Amino acid sequence: MQIEKTAHAAENKEWKPMIVAFCCNWCSYAGADLAGSSRLSYPADVKIIRVPCSCRVNPMFILRAFERGADGVIICGCHPGDCHYTTGNYYTRRRMALLFSMLDFIGVENGRTRVEWVSAAEGAKFSATMNEFTAKIRSLGENVRLGDLRCRN
Amino acid sequence: MQRIGVFVCHCGSNIAATVDVKRVVECARLEPGVVFAEDYQYMCSEAGQMKIADAIKREGLTGVVVCSCSPRMHEATFRKCAEGAGLNPYMLEIANIREQCSWIHKDMETATEKAVVLMRAAVAKVNLNVPLKSGESRVTKRALVIGGGIAGIQTALDIAEAGYEVDIVEKTPSIGGRMAQLDKTFPTLDCSACILTPKMVEAAAHEKIRIFTYSEVEKVTGFVGDFTVDIRKKARSVDIDKCTGCGVCQEKCPSKTAKSEFNRGLSKRSAIYTPFAQAVPNVPVIDREHCIKFKTGKCGVCSKVCPAGAIDYEMRDEIITEKYGAIVAATGFDMISLDKYDEYAYKKSPDVITSLELERIMNAAGPTGGHLERLSDGKPPKNIVFIQCVGSRCADKRGKSYCSKICCMYTAKHAMLIRDKYPDTNVTVFYIDVRTPGKNFDEFYRRAVEEYHVNYIKGQVGKVLPQPDGTLLVQGADIIDGRQVLINADMVVLAAAIEPDPTARKLATMLTASIDTNGFLTEAHPKLRPVESPTAGIFLSGVCQGPKDIPETVSQAGAAAVKVIGLLSKDKLLTNPCTAKADELMCNGCSACANVCPYGAISYEDREVRGIGVREVRRVAVVNGALCQGCGACTVACPSGAMDLFGFSNRQITAEVDAICR
Ligand SMILES: Cc1cc2nc3c(=O)[nH]c(=O)nc-3n(C[C@H](O)[C@H](O)[C@H](O)COP(=O)(O)OP(=O)(O)OC[C@H]3O[C@@H](n4cnc5c(N)ncnc54)[C@H](O)[C@@H]3O)c2cc1C
Ligand code: SF4
Ligand code: SF4
Ligand code: FES
Repeated sequence: MQIEKTAHAAENKEWKPMIVAFCCNWCSYAGADLAGSSRLSYPADVKIIRVPCSCRVNPMFILRAFERGADGVIICGCHPGDCHYTTGNYYTRRRMALLFSMLDFIGVENGRTRVEWVSAAEGAKFSATMNEFTAKIRSLGENVRLGDLRCRN
Repeated sequence: MQRIGVFVCHCGSNIAATVDVKRVVECARLEPGVVFAEDYQYMCSEAGQMKIADAIKREGLTGVVVCSCSPRMHEATFRKCAEGAGLNPYMLEIANIREQCSWIHKDMETATEKAVVLMRAAVAKVNLNVPLKSGESRVTKRALVIGGGIAGIQTALDIAEAGYEVDIVEKTPSIGGRMAQLDKTFPTLDCSACILTPKMVEAAAHEKIRIFTYSEVEKVTGFVGDFTVDIRKKARSVDIDKCTGCGVCQEKCPSKTAKSEFNRGLSKRSAIYTPFAQAVPNVPVIDREHCIKFKTGKCGVCSKVCPAGAIDYEMRDEIITEKYGAIVAATGFDMISLDKYDEYAYKKSPDVITSLELERIMNAAGPTGGHLERLSDGKPPKNIVFIQCVGSRCADKRGKSYCSKICCMYTAKHAMLIRDKYPDTNVTVFYIDVRTPGKNFDEFYRRAVEEYHVNYIKGQVGKVLPQPDGTLLVQGADIIDGRQVLINADMVVLAAAIEPDPTARKLATMLTASIDTNGFLTEAHPKLRPVESPTAGIFLSGVCQGPKDIPETVSQAGAAAVKVIGLLSKDKLLTNPCTAKADELMCNGCSACANVCPYGAISYEDREVRGIGVREVRRVAVVNGALCQGCGACTVACPSGAMDLFGFSNRQITAEVDAICR
């Protein structure tokens, strides 16, 4: 597969990873808030989208993010057994296992996708996870392998 | 097209110090749909809210984005403000530029860039927002309490005292629960029956309380405010209205081979029986498995002797259907089975007993008439060994990982009571830790040690070996002195772990309430909502939620009652409008959504579907807005993309993704 140069690289502008984090309202979004109020920093490359439950994350949203140039997507939910809606994160876990293996097959390597359980009390874990995930994405570099699928405007 | 107003908050310097708010405002003005943008020191202040309200009216805004702190902080505040200004509250979204931006970034350029992106995502979402209206559902002003132990009784009494009707469903023939089996209670050592019986009688006599004993919940449907419950009233074979509770039948019943459940199998009872003398209601039941009449068709003694003509062998189980606004689970606990603990010789020797059996033995109405004696030979024991934490705080799979919480205290109680009544009996307690947090609890334990000279040994027991002479050789360790301890005991008492009542699991499924890995019902929040289950309208009282002693159980029971009263005092409930809905044209009626819904909110109806070139009756998914909690599981499960969620629709989330990945 030919690796295409993207607009950023062509302009020689410093590349910054684009990372979308889906956080469930009850645990992980609250965990992110706690990271904030505890001033535990993580890179600004991470942008959070609030969803009621991790099980609300439709694989289409993730495909869309990659299609639009995201370099990594992470889904955060309550710990297994703690989902506000009891079973939501079990669905997430299964759906994402399937989706991620498919994504890997079409060129979005496994390191770019992740499911993580973060409780409302785990501000430190949230920040650590995001730091780690961003570092991982940085090491993987720009997500160019999906070039054929990517929309260009 | 929407007319959106964007309001950027400085939050004093909390946001403004790291985010260039003016630039966010400028960028906002360029976003599609945005017709107005401004910043202000404190958006949540009265003056800030006035600015939003004024702009809504002046600019004719149809949507609002507030760039501020977390929506978990002030979404409700701002939505209320919008509503006050005549805008549908669900047309307002928050961009979290404090917790998720200014507070975690130091560099102004980076933080501002991110704030702009977050603002854009919120604007993109609001562009697709639609006005939502909370539905209303009615509240049936009656509560159901499942389980008639002290927890259930207390909750019912408190609710009834507030003027609401309560039904108690208890599976055994009498209310009272475990507390009725106890002899004396720590930390005051007052007699259990003396404090419990009046409450039982009060509950039975209360005009607002109905008690269904020997009954079980069979089916639960509906939702908060409007549950429909099927209750199975098992055939008592005795007419509860005719019976006077004289007890002649129990005396005359020739079948006396059944083991008394109340006495933990340590004594026998008749086939027609009340579990204990103070039972409420004081009406016996016929245990059909042991009744000669039911087994062979002959006998019928009870019917002949009953002066009230209350015996009815033809009686059948009856299922009644009732409506409730709230349900309280108060199903309590049992002791774990000791099958897996061969080392303590519980099965082998009748003189190895559990603490609950000891309660019965010490009780004047118990199998030994309150005399402390060995069950093997009826002799008074001279050396008693207590073993704590049998199956509690267990690292392996045999037992429970948790602390049963009550055993340290009741063991101290048992030891003290024995030393008090039989001063020449030696009492030794093996413990891992003695845990006595609680008012007057440590003082209580210290009395056992200092005043009553109970011999406490820190360490575990490896084996209890029955000896040919009838004694029990206890092999333990003293980890403080670092030595092995051998004691020749004539009675061993095991403080077995407690576990949730085995029916709790089935009940949780019926109530769609969740249970933890240990089978205890889960609370909505471990600290802030300890008596509510995550399922609206279901409340938790007593040990069914986790190990507790009586004082704690009673306080939790009262707390659960307050929550129920708060709910029942409302005439109508507002439902969360962020619910799912299937597009009837796209739905193929496959049931994929209903299968994943944790609340059973989705049903199917044959509906006439109209679209371009379509007009037919189809089976389509219909979401009950009052049941749906808005998790969104169904939206992803739907293979035809028919199911969507208001407030977090596919298009809204996609728009946010697009805005972030621009
Ligand atoms: C040996 C021992 C000694 C103790 N000593 C003390 C003491 O001295 N002081 C103290 O404070 N605490 C003591 N306790 C603790 C005390 O017993 C409990 O705190 C108390 O009984 C808890 O009450 P509850 O109502 O939650 O549960 P329970 O007493 O277990 O009552 C639950 C009730 O619900 C019924 N039920 C269960 N499932 C269903 C169902 N599916 N449908 C209908 N009904 C159902 C049961 O039949 C029972 O009647 C002791 C406990 C033990 C084991
Ligand atoms: S959103 Fe959740 S609660 Fe509502 S119908 Fe769908 S699966 Fe059930
Ligand atoms: S999953 Fe989709 S298509 Fe199937 S019944 Fe539910 S809404 Fe209809
Ligand atoms: S609510 Fe957090 S994963 Fe379901």
